Amino acid sequence: MIQLVELTVNGERHELAIEPRRTLVDVLRHDLGLTGTHVGCEHGICGACTVLVDGAPVRACLLFAAQVEGAEIRTVESLAAPDGTLNDLQQCFSEHHGLQCGFCTPGMLMLAEGFLAEEPEPTTEEIREVVASNLCRCTGYQTIVEAIDDCASRRRAAFQQQLDGSRV
Amino acid sequence: MVEPHFRRDGAWVGASVPRREDPRLLAGRGRFVDDITLPGMLHAQFVRSTEAHAELLAVDLDEVRTVPGVVAAYTADDLDLGDITALLDRPPHEFVPTAMPVLARGKVRYVGEPIAIVVAKDPYAAEDGVEAAVVEYAPLQPVVSDTAALAEGAPLVHAEAPRNTLVDVSLFATEGIDDVFAEAHTVVEVRTKTGRQNALPLETRGVVADWDDRDEQLRVQTCSQVPHQVRTVLAKCVGLDEKQVRVTVPDMGGGFGQKCVVGREEIAAAAVALRLRRPVKWIEDRRDALTAAFLAREQRYVVRAAFSADGEILGLDADVVCDMGAYSCYPFTAGIEPLMASAEMPGVYRVPAYRVRGRAVTTNKAPTAPYRGVSRPQYVMVVERVFEKAARALGMDAVELRRRNLITVFPYKGVNNITYDPGSYLESLDLCEKTLRDEGWFSRRDDENGGDRVIGIGFACFSERTGYGSGAFAQRKMQVVPGFDISEITMDLNGTVSVTTGTLSHGQSHETTMAQIVADRLGIAYDRVKIVQGDTDRITYGWGSFASRSITIGGSAVAAASVKLGDQLREIAAHLLAGDPEAAVLEDGGVRVGDRWMSFADIADVAYLKAHLLPKDVGPGLSAIASFDVGGDGTFSNATHGCVVELDPGTGGVEILRYVCVEDCGVAIHPQVVEGQARGGIAQGIAGALFEEVRYDDGGQPLAPSFMEYKVPTAMEIPDVRIEHLETPCAFTENGAKGAGEGGTIGAPAAVLNAVNDALRHTGVELDDTPIPRESIFRALEVAR
Repeated sequence: MIQLVELTVNGERHELAIEPRRTLVDVLRHDLGLTGTHVGCEHGICGACTVLVDGAPVRACLLFAAQVEGAEIRTVESLAAPDGTLNDLQQCFSEHHGLQCGFCTPGMLMLAEGFLAEEPEPTTEEIREVVASNLCRCTGYQTIVEAIDDCASRRRAAFQQQLDGSRV
Repeated sequence: MVEPHFRRDGAWVGASVPRREDPRLLAGRGRFVDDITLPGMLHAQFVRSTEAHAELLAVDLDEVRTVPGVVAAYTADDLDLGDITALLDRPPHEFVPTAMPVLARGKVRYVGEPIAIVVAKDPYAAEDGVEAAVVEYAPLQPVVSDTAALAEGAPLVHAEAPRNTLVDVSLFATEGIDDVFAEAHTVVEVRTKTGRQNALPLETRGVVADWDDRDEQLRVQTCSQVPHQVRTVLAKCVGLDEKQVRVTVPDMGGGFGQKCVVGREEIAAAAVALRLRRPVKWIEDRRDALTAAFLAREQRYVVRAAFSADGEILGLDADVVCDMGAYSCYPFTAGIEPLMASAEMPGVYRVPAYRVRGRAVTTNKAPTAPYRGVSRPQYVMVVERVFEKAARALGMDAVELRRRNLITVFPYKGVNNITYDPGSYLESLDLCEKTLRDEGWFSRRDDENGGDRVIGIGFACFSERTGYGSGAFAQRKMQVVPGFDISEITMDLNGTVSVTTGTLSHGQSHETTMAQIVADRLGIAYDRVKIVQGDTDRITYGWGSFASRSITIGGSAVAAASVKLGDQLREIAAHLLAGDPEAAVLEDGGVRVGDRWMSFADIADVAYLKAHLLPKDVGPGLSAIASFDVGGDGTFSNATHGCVVELDPGTGGVEILRYVCVEDCGVAIHPQVVEGQARGGIAQGIAGALFEEVRYDDGGQPLAPSFMEYKVPTAMEIPDVRIEHLETPCAFTENGAKGAGEGGTIGAPAAVLNAVNDALRHTGVELDDTPIPRESIFRALEVAR
């Protein structure tokens, strides 16, 4: 059985004719060619496939593509600028050596983006709890937590600067 | 270009420069095996055994072939491939060769063993196809533990291996060792069983294979730490010449040893691609990765140690049995774990008398491969437990007892016939203890006003042989002897260089660290250096990355090749500038001869485009090749780990409050990368100590087929790690570097286990097996009460 599904991914609309059982992550990776999102377990534990659906981090391996019609989906490919310049979170991951093999990284980035959008002033412990949603086998997590913490501080500082600027 | 302020003393080596790998991996532009799609590609999955041990009576794939989307399905008989066989040059009483068929033939030996391969137009259809297979078994009694394997009259996993023993070596046996034990003031014994673990790269194994009709070559893109070994085995299994097989490795999502052996699935998928002349992809799903991939670490130790009254260790007598599962892995064989443990066990201590028996037994469980640290996490844990027990028996402080016995004069020739190069064994212990003391952990431990919760502190001292050269591996008597590395460097018209390495980075950052090494040798920025790896058509035979060998051996080879190219550049420049080649120096991306300077690009312009201007005895082009092998016994990195835990006796819960690692890997090429390796390794060691175990029921059915049962620790369980560096440069690697990949994993189980036992000091409970999850601590405490 084939079903017509319309998806909005990174601001672009796609029409797909797919089996209803096709998962969101398979559609993103293999039908749309967005291979930045990875598959680590296919049972919702490792979080390598984390993407944002209407701003919230979700496991793309646990959703059928057909379930997210009409939603705004964001993947790791949306983070860097079109010229390839990394965003602040990506830069923080690099500076803190928050990635080694890079396989869990897209999931970690999207998890952090979703979290920081919801909670711009997290404590380190809150960050650690959120990072515990996903698995990383290389880093021991410390540098991932530090990278997210640093990014949150930088965003707060930038926001404050903006406020100060607008007051003048 | 990177700002020079990142450089240490003007050198790239020693500076934590931005990783070259990061931009693509962070932007989702990496290319992992499953990211590769070829036109007309088929998808493979495997019919796998549901029995641990059985005669294979019939495999019926007729129904499979009728499933919509399925293109073909094959058994072992259909494909008729050669076996994967790894050998040791040892007599039959020490080593029994066994073959691992690519697909099971006649018999299955573990749950998950591949029996047939199904290829379909999409992965969903391939799984549908697998479900339609009908396999008829005649079950045999499974052998599911090392003790069952060695029991009198046990069923045989391999008919050719009596008592299910694949390797049985007795080594060293210092003369008079029995007298040493008979006359010793104190003898302590440690009995330990360590759990079976999965190395668990987050990217499961996988391959894309296709036949290139134009080049008449089977192209295999696979996530392997050892591409040349995959080529050799694949060529042999399918009956092609080596040149007809090209193995390349794209980005790889971790390996940790699981991918440093040749997998049967990658051979089967490639064989089907060859047969159908169509691309075939196989991606292992997590259930198969947890149950049917290569596992590791299940070992049993009985170790006795003799001490004098004043705490001098006099002898070590060890019996090691490693449960290697159903097959010997290529190229290392089932000897990998027992031979490592037997050769290295005395470790950092001055042990005058040593005897060891090391055995590999075969059981009806998924086969094993080397996993980060290979036996060293286990024997270090055992030896460190020895020191804790001896300290208690002698009424001494355990740290002081270690101090008294550590090797302090180098080079030190051990009782195990290994020469240890200089390290900072004592200094690392002193600094680790001091750090924890200065942070106040000892007073918190002794304060004990914290209510029910008890603090425990544990240490682990160890060294780790890194950079095993051909000579060291030959001592293991492997028939295929890894060791050297070859590097080829080429400069292009822009004056930038490409450098090949036979090692294979997959998280270790070699694209950055090896570029730093080359940059220093040539006097150019590290972003002018491209590292080429993982392509058997472009790289002379290489051994890949494992055993912390890449920077010690591969890094030395790229340095040697760079020096050769530098000599060429100096010679050409001196000729063109009419100066003395001896006075020519590499500087700022060019060559200075006296007061004149010529850029590499200008030299390259001559070398390639105006070759008639070259000196008479210099050929055209700019390239050089060099190899490196570590002579002697290799170089030893060392570290001391200190772990502070808090135990809740009411629940058995253990929380790690502090972790300190004082490490010495010689010259750190990139300190941040070294710290990353240590932290990641420690996390895996903690995982083995407290959380992860691949368990089976009595019938050999795996009990942890998903992440719900196989408990991989998260950011909530893994603590922050304070790392302190000591630097004892290696005298015989090109950069003074020693290996840094495995140490974290090696020290952590011992440090954690000692800390837990320290926290149990008032209970009479002592735990020597791993893992020690909350439940087993709780149960042990209940029994004691």
